[in-house]
Amino acid sequence: MKIQDDVLAGLIDINSRILDVGCGDGNLLLYLKKSKRIDGRGLEINQKYVQECLGKGLAVIEGDAEKDLINYPNRSFDVAILNQAIQQFYEPRKVLNELLRIAQKAIITIPNFGYWKVRLNLLFKGTMPVTKTLPHSWYNTPNLHMSSIKDFYHLCNLDNIKVIKSISISSNKMSDITSNNLEIKNLVSELGVFVLSK
Amino acid sequence: MNIDYSKVNKITINKSLKLDCGSVLEKFDVAYETYGQLDDSKSNAILVFHALSGDQFVTGTNKVTGKNGWWNSVVGPNLSIDTNKYYVICANVLGGCMGSTGPKEINPKTNEPYGLTFPVITIRDMVSAQVHLLDFLGIKKTLSVLGGSMGGMQALQFCSLFPNRTFSAVPIACAASHSAQNIAFNELARQAIMADPNWDSGNYFLNGKTPRNGLAVARMAGHISYLSEQGLQNKFGRRLQEGEGLNFSFDADFQVESYLKYQGYAFVDRFDANSYLYITRAMDYFDLYKLNNGDLSKAFKDTKVKFCIISFSTDWLYPTEESKKIVIALNSIGAQVSFVNIITNNGHDSFLVEEPEFFQTLKGFLDSTYEDFKNENSR
Repeated sequence: MKIQDDVLAGLIDINSRILDVGCGDGNLLLYLKKSKRIDGRGLEINQKYVQECLGKGLAVIEGDAEKDLINYPNRSFDVAILNQAIQQFYEPRKVLNELLRIAQKAIITIPNFGYWKVRLNLLFKGTMPVTKTLPHSWYNTPNLHMSSIKDFYHLCNLDNIKVIKSISISSNKMSDITSNNLEIKNLVSELGVFVLSK
Repeated sequence: MNIDYSKVNKITINKSLKLDCGSVLEKFDVAYETYGQLDDSKSNAILVFHALSGDQFVTGTNKVTGKNGWWNSVVGPNLSIDTNKYYVICANVLGGCMGSTGPKEINPKTNEPYGLTFPVITIRDMVSAQVHLLDFLGIKKTLSVLGGSMGGMQALQFCSLFPNRTFSAVPIACAASHSAQNIAFNELARQAIMADPNWDSGNYFLNGKTPRNGLAVARMAGHISYLSEQGLQNKFGRRLQEGEGLNFSFDADFQVESYLKYQGYAFVDRFDANSYLYITRAMDYFDLYKLNNGDLSKAFKDTKVKFCIISFSTDWLYPTEESKKIVIALNSIGAQVSFVNIITNNGHDSFLVEEPEFFQTLKGFLDSTYEDFKNENSR
């Protein structure tokens, strides 16, 4: 999704040190390297993706964020990115807090389970939602911990995490989420993007 | 087997080399081979370090033994290290027996082979000697330094000692120090050699004998450690040599026995027993942790080198965990480090055999790094 890369790039300063956790094929890192001249690193569990990243000249470590983030020193990055991956961890809360230890800021994107199409799916069909951003069936989904934008806010409050900025993405359009429009954004957003610090 | 060493290319470095043990070599020889062409901007040189039993004949035909180069599967036209594209250099290590100064060569002071009067050398000494070869070839900075096993240790040591002489490094199937198990295997090999009466306290060259049995047993022990349990089982199982049943004797009944014997005695024809003692000792002494007061990251402080660390899942000689320690140390200082652990049954030997995922990882890293290095050089 091109708009998502643009939104993320817009949140990142030139020349910053970036860790992309679950960087996949490395295209976001590559885009940020070109557009923002970042000093980027990746952590990725899938070896095929790691190989692809190496072929693109990216520095990427094959590893499991839930086991390996502990080895990263405090504040060693300006920004840690977790792009639509937090829902796939066994302990998303722990990963979130690790990222905020390693980096000054974390940028987290989540597929929003509060999106109206997701809600209607369950309400009218009575089946687990399958949408553009949640394409799997219940029995083969890698997503273990789905949340809505509202849920994610609650966790941030619970763990004293500061939400510096939050952005709604829907139908390739972006808009800011504020405390005033949270209910409606929780309904109309396909994706939520959060800039966090601790 | 008569071996003709006259076809070995070598240079004599007329500078003294101070060794870790305190001794000084007044001058020394470095035997080497090159493959491919150096490009105009000198951006495509790759220095390959060989492992314990290797030599400078990386690919093609070994001019001395007539056999295939030890890395024919990786280095050559259109392979992972593409000799149509890269200029590949490999030197015989100091202490080796393929033309570089070592226990088999003549001591200029006595006009006799060194034998055990050769000083004990270290991985650092090996690397220091090879930098003189880069100077001789006019290469200020290599695109990459790389190697597997002891070759990987040399790559790590090179980056620590000469961080500005290479753009990248690929340490493969190695560790930043030798474990107790590694030392134990090497000691087994040394004791086998020294227990052979023909070894004659290292003076076998004086009476024209060689400690064939001892060296063969040393090599057999090595071969067991290079394969994984599953790999060995898949390759041989309990299959019998003759197929007719047990012979009720101590001849080679099982195929695995015959394999080990073949590997052991084939090695004897091309390798010097004293060299085996010296090189295994150098590996045992290797400890980048201790050299840096226990903090491996200090070995690479402020490094600009791009690292790609590669390990193999069934390597029990240099387990994946050892590679991960290197990755963690490099990562902790913000170095550019990549890491891949190849899933395979081939054990430590994986870097020498057909291993497509390894080939692809290496090729992807080198090709993209070459583009970066060319850009840096054209600025």
